[in-house]
Amino acid sequence: MNEQDARQAVGAALGKVAPDVEPGDLNGGARLRQDLELDSLDFLRLVEVIAESTGVDIPEADYPAVATVDGLVTYVAGHG
Amino acid sequence: MDEFRMPSLGADMEHGKVVEWLVKPGDYVHKGDLVAAVDTDKTVMDIESFQEGVVAEFLVDIGDTVDVGTPIARITATPAEIPPPARIPPPEPEPGTKAPPPVRHLAHTLGVDVGRISGSGPGGEVTRADVERAAAASGTSARAAPAAESDVPVESAAHRVRSSPLARRLAAELGVDLQAIAGTGPGGAVTEEDVLAAVPPRERAPKEEAPSKRAPSERAAEEPAEAPPSEAPVAEPPHKAAEEAPRRGRKDTGSKAETLRQAIGSLMSRSKKEIPHYYLSTTLDLAAAMAWMQGANQQRPVSSRLVPSALLLKATALAAKEVPDMNGFFTKGAFQPSAAVHLGVAVALRHGGLVAPALHDADTLTLDELMDQLRDLVGRARAGRLQRAEMADPTLTVTNLGDLGVESVYGVIYPPQVAMVGFGKVLEQPWAHNGMLGIRHAAIATLSADHRVSDGLRGGRFLARIDELLQKPGEL
Repeated sequence: MNEQDARQAVGAALGKVAPDVEPGDLNGGARLRQDLELDSLDFLRLVEVIAESTGVDIPEADYPAVATVDGLVTYVAGHG
Repeated sequence: MDEFRMPSLGADMEHGKVVEWLVKPGDYVHKGDLVAAVDTDKTVMDIESFQEGVVAEFLVDIGDTVDVGTPIARITATPAEIPPPARIPPPEPEPGTKAPPPVRHLAHTLGVDVGRISGSGPGGEVTRADVERAAAASGTSARAAPAAESDVPVESAAHRVRSSPLARRLAAELGVDLQAIAGTGPGGAVTEEDVLAAVPPRERAPKEEAPSKRAPSERAAEEPAEAPPSEAPVAEPPHKAAEEAPRRGRKDTGSKAETLRQAIGSLMSRSKKEIPHYYLSTTLDLAAAMAWMQGANQQRPVSSRLVPSALLLKATALAAKEVPDMNGFFTKGAFQPSAAVHLGVAVALRHGGLVAPALHDADTLTLDELMDQLRDLVGRARAGRLQRAEMADPTLTVTNLGDLGVESVYGVIYPPQVAMVGFGKVLEQPWAHNGMLGIRHAAIATLSADHRVSDGLRGGRFLARIDELLQKPGEL
């Protein structure tokens, strides 16, 4: 999966999990937990939606690598 | 009594707006069936029927905001029923009139009173055909005819004071004896006004001081009425009709968060004023729990992974079962422990504010069940699909602010509960253990508890018990 597809998938998943987050807030450096205020259940749901839409299953051990929007995009692009 | 009233969905609810009817006139509803979706200051909730019967008519329109206790629909036990005179034991059914149970059931469903039908069966027994004939014949005349009591609401009427659930709750809260009040409601029922009137003014004050009528002007201005002010049969200040809050599902608005904030604020100030809080904290050793959870999650698909909150909630529920001084309600000047543990979970709403719906019988759920229900509850809390019982009956509330990055949180008790547990974030910490320093997962647990009910010794035991339970996560 190229990075553009990955970014699109991540944006769509975030729209589902946190519909109130403005697309404008989704700059690459935004931290999912602190900046976008996803709690652990939201985050789990995000991981689940991404697995459904892209087939990329993010194991818990890799959570630190996907703490930001860019980190998540890179991860999905690299594993999809 | 056949009025279905706007229920109170929490100690801080004053009014609610009907945003959706989940039944229609003519539907037969059982106790517990969902009847309507109601928007409170906090969230949209589904409310269920307290009685069984036929939905006769709606008394408010969608979009109407009414005070708690206002009748919003009529649910008649049978369409033919009229309220029986209060406190007079209803007449026994005519000795000669008999109907086998299936026929009685049919009569009940069709709204026919078997006592008024002359039976054509053997020995004057009422048959299905008789009932169907009577149902066909009744039509509009049925409602006007002063029918004798049907068998449904009879048994309780004789030895229980008729009153609305709200009146009963209010009476319990204010320490008023319902038996001693002369009811002015339908059939002599005790209404909430009767209860309030029976309270000495001095005690009444705190109840009425509750949150001010909200400033209507801004809201009306920023939200032009989406629906024309309806002619509800209920007297209400004109500004409320114009105060059309956003429809379900719409992206939220500042005004909703603002009313929610006001509701929370007034309840919390009442809590701080009335409840003598004491506070404790302890650091939980989560090494075992986190190792166990990470191992378990590796074996699982993402859809059934656990989060640390699930373990913390389960341990809290088990500890609450063992230390009942933390679990129950302080009402009527006394503590009533609860046998069940309905764990309130503070859920931050994404547009601001929070609600704390209950995980019912949390101590009896397996971790997986608890996790499933937690996800379901949080999802519905944010989507505005909570049910009345979930909002109304938590026995102990947990707030888990750790997700937002703080190390500890000291909650304010949600009245009439008597304790609030707080969990901070799970951190890796240097930890001395068996004479060695190591790195372990840990989190700070706090307790805010009611000093009228317990003290630091009991509270400390409760927190220590949570820690002990977390040392054997496989047994949670």
